Amino acid sequence: MNAKLKQFLQRWGVFAALVVVWELATRAAVSPFFPTPLTILRTMRDQWLSGPASRLFLSDEVFGDVLPSVGRMLGGWALACVIGVAVGVALGRSRVAMDYVGPLLAFARAIPPPMLVPVFLVLLSIGTPMQLATIIFGTLWPVVLNAVDGARAVDSVKVETARVFRLPRHQWLLGVVVPSALPKIFAGVRVSLSLALILMVISELVGATNGIGYQLIYAQRQFDLPTMWAGIVLLGVLGYLFNTLLLAGERRALSWQPAGRG
Amino acid sequence: MPTMLEVTGLGHRYRSKDGEHIALDGLSFDVNAGELVCIVGPSGCGKSTLLRSISGLIRPTSGQVRLHGDVVDGVPSDLAVVFQDYSRSLFPWLSVQRNVEFPLKKSLDKAERRERARQALEQVGLAGAAGKYPWQLSGGMQQRVAIARALAYRPALLLMDEPFASVDAQTRFDLEDLLLRVRREYDTTILLVTHDIDESVYLGDRVVVLSKSPARVVRTLDVDLPAQRDQITTRESEAFVALRSEVARLLHGQPAGDAPTGNGRPSAGRAPAKGKTGTASSAGSTAASSAGSSSGSSEKAASAKAQPSRNGQAANRNRGKGNGAKSRRRGRARR
Ligand SMILES: Nc1ncnc2c1ncn2[C@@H]1O[C@H](COP(=O)(O)OP(=O)(O)OP(=O)(O)O)[C@@H](O)[C@H]1O
Ligand SMILES: [Mg+2]
Repeated sequence: MNAKLKQFLQRWGVFAALVVVWELATRAAVSPFFPTPLTILRTMRDQWLSGPASRLFLSDEVFGDVLPSVGRMLGGWALACVIGVAVGVALGRSRVAMDYVGPLLAFARAIPPPMLVPVFLVLLSIGTPMQLATIIFGTLWPVVLNAVDGARAVDSVKVETARVFRLPRHQWLLGVVVPSALPKIFAGVRVSLSLALILMVISELVGATNGIGYQLIYAQRQFDLPTMWAGIVLLGVLGYLFNTLLLAGERRALSWQPAGRG
Repeated sequence: MPTMLEVTGLGHRYRSKDGEHIALDGLSFDVNAGELVCIVGPSGCGKSTLLRSISGLIRPTSGQVRLHGDVVDGVPSDLAVVFQDYSRSLFPWLSVQRNVEFPLKKSLDKAERRERARQALEQVGLAGAAGKYPWQLSGGMQQRVAIARALAYRPALLLMDEPFASVDAQTRFDLEDLLLRVRREYDTTILLVTHDIDESVYLGDRVVVLSKSPARVVRTLDVDLPAQRDQITTRESEAFVALRSEVARLLHGQPAGDAPTGNGRPSAGRAPAKGKTGTASSAGSTAASSAGSSSGSSEKAASAKAQPSRNGQAANRNRGKGNGAKSRRRGRARR
């Protein structure tokens, strides 16, 4: 218990100290552009936790903006992961496919994903399809490339073992290739998750009628800076939360790895 | 006993940037159903290449392999391999039990798979480790998992590539006896590759001696030891010592690639060098516990069955070798 407490303090001590410093600094400066952390917290509570008790105090904004944002982000990301793993494994296990599409993948990955927003905005106009397309297209490549890497690197003895036992195709792919590639796949999936958050916000800044990003840009235009800051903090909290959940999932999925290798 | 495996004129050359490397140079030998044949050859001579050609993992550049009379082209369905690098051949994301069950998924339902895996793990003495992951086991235990997996698959032909090369001497003796025991219980035909002379003689019904790279068959020897083998008494026996000396001479005594002529070879019955006898018996004494673990009843049944297989072999063995060698072999086979 004591050790746990110590670890907790170590982890959050610096963070808490910085918040306190920030609080003091913003109080001293009294700038409209930099509201104090307490003000931001209060704004966050008013924004999202002012609803009726029957809805766990969640306000309309949660249902109208936060959940749609999170839904689009996770939906797009999950789709990108599924497509990316499928495509990556197929490419990685093909002897010639990468010779053809390798440069294409390298090129696609080199495009900064936010540049996709204007393209899809033209193609699909404002709304959820455009945002999903942006998120999927932007987060796909890290998953694909890592899955290719992982699938290519299946240990040769395991390849021969699978051939000797004449494993059916699905068992070979799902039972040997994917597990072999899983550590790499998770690395790609983690990069994609943070990209998904970024793309969710950016696509909402320019091409949405609701969502956290929309709320953020709306507040900025209204010079409602505490609300803008509340949105920023919320995004940080969400990013942290999702990453933590993903890490926990990863640890579970890779629990078969010998200690010290993962 | 019918011929299970026929290897005829098998050759393989690897092509690489810096030219060609001939790994196998026209090997021919047979394995009969129910036999345990050991292939012994110097390190790097092409033993793994040979097994990979036989199992259909690589295509030979000349000659052919027949299993049950059919030319092997691609991996046959009733063949299993225990790889030299067993720890890499196990799947670290599957428990021991699931590793053994894994190849059975395509053919058996869940209950049958589980039962077969349980049985095979019990055979190799790993019933207690079924729930563990391979990397939680010692090298010798991992090797037993690989063997159990191959046994549970019930192959007609089991290929083993230096299966005991990387375990300590005691474990090695245990595993050798384990192999002899399960072989009888499962009635499997086994082709085992080793670079260890003693092991080839101890385990084999016959020993195929390979030359240095590129591999050729130097000679095929019958092992006329009682079917029931014992790490101490067998290794001390005159016949064993004579055989191991002969294999050693075939391996080291002749220049690489030279066709065996049989001249100048000392008789097999000659007493071996003192130092060698010493190592053999001292090694045997460390195996006391393992030797005692073989069960008596199954061995008797097996020895009754092993006899006919040996008599039928003299004819189809190793064409084109020296006459002296051939008659010597016959003499031994008839006893
Ligand atoms: N994929 C390959 N490409 C080129 N050369 C190879 C390849 N695999 C093996 N060789 C060469 O073929 C020869 C025989 O290799 P092989 O692995 O069959 O020998 P081995 O008898 O099994 O050796 P060891 O006793 O070390 O297991 C070696 O000289 C090796 O360098
Ligand atoms: Mg080898």
